[in-house]
Amino acid sequence: MANERTRILVVDDEEIVRESLGGWLEKDGYTVARCPDGASAIERIKAERWSILIVDLKMPGMDGLQVLEEAKRLRPDLAVVIMTAYATVDTAVAAMKAGAYDYLVKPFDPEELSIMMQKIVTQQTLVRENLVLRQALKQEYRFRDLLSKSPAMQAVFELARTAARSNSTILVLGESGSGKEVLARAIHVESPRAEGPFVAVSCAALTESLLESELFGHEKGAFTGAIARRKGKFEAAHGGTLFLDEVGDVGPKLQLDLLRVLEERRFQRVGGNEPIEVDVRIIAATNRDLKKAVQEGKFRDDLFYRLNVIPIVIPPLRQRREDVPLLVESFVERLAVEMKKRLDGVSADAMSALMAHDWPGNVRELRNVLERGAVVATGAVIQLADLGLPSKAEALPRPGALASLEEVEKRHVAAVLAHTCGNVSQAARILAIDRVTLYNKMRKYGIRRDGEQVEPPPEPAGSSSR
Amino acid sequence: MQPIFVWWIGEQEVSPQLMDHVRRHLAQAFERPVLPWDGGDRPRHAYDPRRKQHASNAILSWLLETGPADGKVLGVTDRDLFIPILTYVFGEAQLGGRAAVVSTARLAEDSGPFGPRVLVERLAKEAVHEVGHVLGLLHCGTGGCVMGRSPAVREVDTKSSELCAACRARLAELSGGA
Repeated sequence: MANERTRILVVDDEEIVRESLGGWLEKDGYTVARCPDGASAIERIKAERWSILIVDLKMPGMDGLQVLEEAKRLRPDLAVVIMTAYATVDTAVAAMKAGAYDYLVKPFDPEELSIMMQKIVTQQTLVRENLVLRQALKQEYRFRDLLSKSPAMQAVFELARTAARSNSTILVLGESGSGKEVLARAIHVESPRAEGPFVAVSCAALTESLLESELFGHEKGAFTGAIARRKGKFEAAHGGTLFLDEVGDVGPKLQLDLLRVLEERRFQRVGGNEPIEVDVRIIAATNRDLKKAVQEGKFRDDLFYRLNVIPIVIPPLRQRREDVPLLVESFVERLAVEMKKRLDGVSADAMSALMAHDWPGNVRELRNVLERGAVVATGAVIQLADLGLPSKAEALPRPGALASLEEVEKRHVAAVLAHTCGNVSQAARILAIDRVTLYNKMRKYGIRRDGEQVEPPPEPAGSSSR
Repeated sequence: MQPIFVWWIGEQEVSPQLMDHVRRHLAQAFERPVLPWDGGDRPRHAYDPRRKQHASNAILSWLLETGPADGKVLGVTDRDLFIPILTYVFGEAQLGGRAAVVSTARLAEDSGPFGPRVLVERLAKEAVHEVGHVLGLLHCGTGGCVMGRSPAVREVDTKSSELCAACRARLAELSGGA
């Protein structure tokens, strides 16, 4: 009988009860220990692993309910069965409320005891199996911090694993929020350079001259404000990986500088003459169509070919909707830990809405939506309303309500800003306009960075009312 | 190899065929001498007037005190048995000890038109089961094995009167100390 792994702790102040119940359970192959009081039982629960606790309700000192409460606090997965001499509804309700698995009225039917023990063992076995299977499944779908079961992403993981072992430059392509930096970090950790530094630089965040200094460092007095020598990111990443995010936004001068470093593996600090050699693995990323940029003359073709040694394309989330439940589960688990809040998951209609959403902001947007949901949720399950997702009716123009071009533009700008979570650069890129133009439009329509409206927009002449 | 003594400790007259049947099954299952025993006395002190049943624990102690000095002893009674925590038991044994007791009181339940014959078979199975515990065997999950748990007559009827291969092997392992 496969009961050897099941350890039962019998707690009763009457020796004859402990012995007769313990003896009966031992014949079923369970490992049984006996305690004469609640305090000694709690000590044993702290010290050892138990599957089932069978405890008498009425005992001097700590009574059964107190033992139950303390035991559940210490070991929430412990199945606790309360024994009581008299069956009263109050007792039963109190025990069940405090988290008891069930209760037995003394003396109990042998069949009732056997069935109850078997039920608990079966349930605990299923829970264990489920846990192991889920972990195994997640392991199979996991590449470090990335999680996916879609064949396209599995191919990405496979390529990334292989690429990680080499020293070649990698170009990660994918929409905003699709996890380009997460993939770059995963590649670094999987690579022989894992012990070295991982340094990330966002090429879009800085002006060309600042980015140059950021990447290559500068000598003292190289420019106004350069009061001391400063090492750049290339030097900081020596022996490790340098992640150049949004490399498609780099200006022409810096494109040439980058090309030189990639070709020669050495550079000079701004304002310096001394060549500095570095051992750095480059992972670049962009959400732009670099080939098109090359054709349009906006991006150097020689740099493109230097970067495009191993291209890895991350598919957008809307093309792998099967990953949404897996990602939701993973994010909810993490949010519960971060927020120290009990979160069991999302409701069925919330999951349907999450599956149906197009996720222009990809996995990052999904995480932000879930974080909002986790904050707003009043219970352990995140409801549809908690997510704040735009309803279909809101997302689409109402039939028959024809909007003006300005109205459509205003709504679209707001929606894109909401999806990029207030990242103006990203929003500008999605809208294919420059940041200054976007700021102008935001001002014109009274739209905040998060896409919300701050003031009533001036009524455009001839526009239909909302 | 120590013998197994079988002792009728019931209040009513018992059929010699019934006891003979039990002994034969025990001998077959455990391949050791099985002998009748009669100490003349009855464990009346084990009766609990509140529960109107006999305490099996008290009977086990009494069997050790008044029964044969060596070997294993199985008391067979027509009185209803209990242990303090359970409403009834068909029998009880000292796991790896010397004494066991089995009762016919509830084995006649739901026995249908072939009542006496069914009772004989059930008693033989429970006798082998309890003596199996005395010899150190635990409950067994193998379908049909006599050491299968049988909290109700339904389970007694669905199992055989024989030990499965695993229990026989376990018994051979344990027999050094028997």
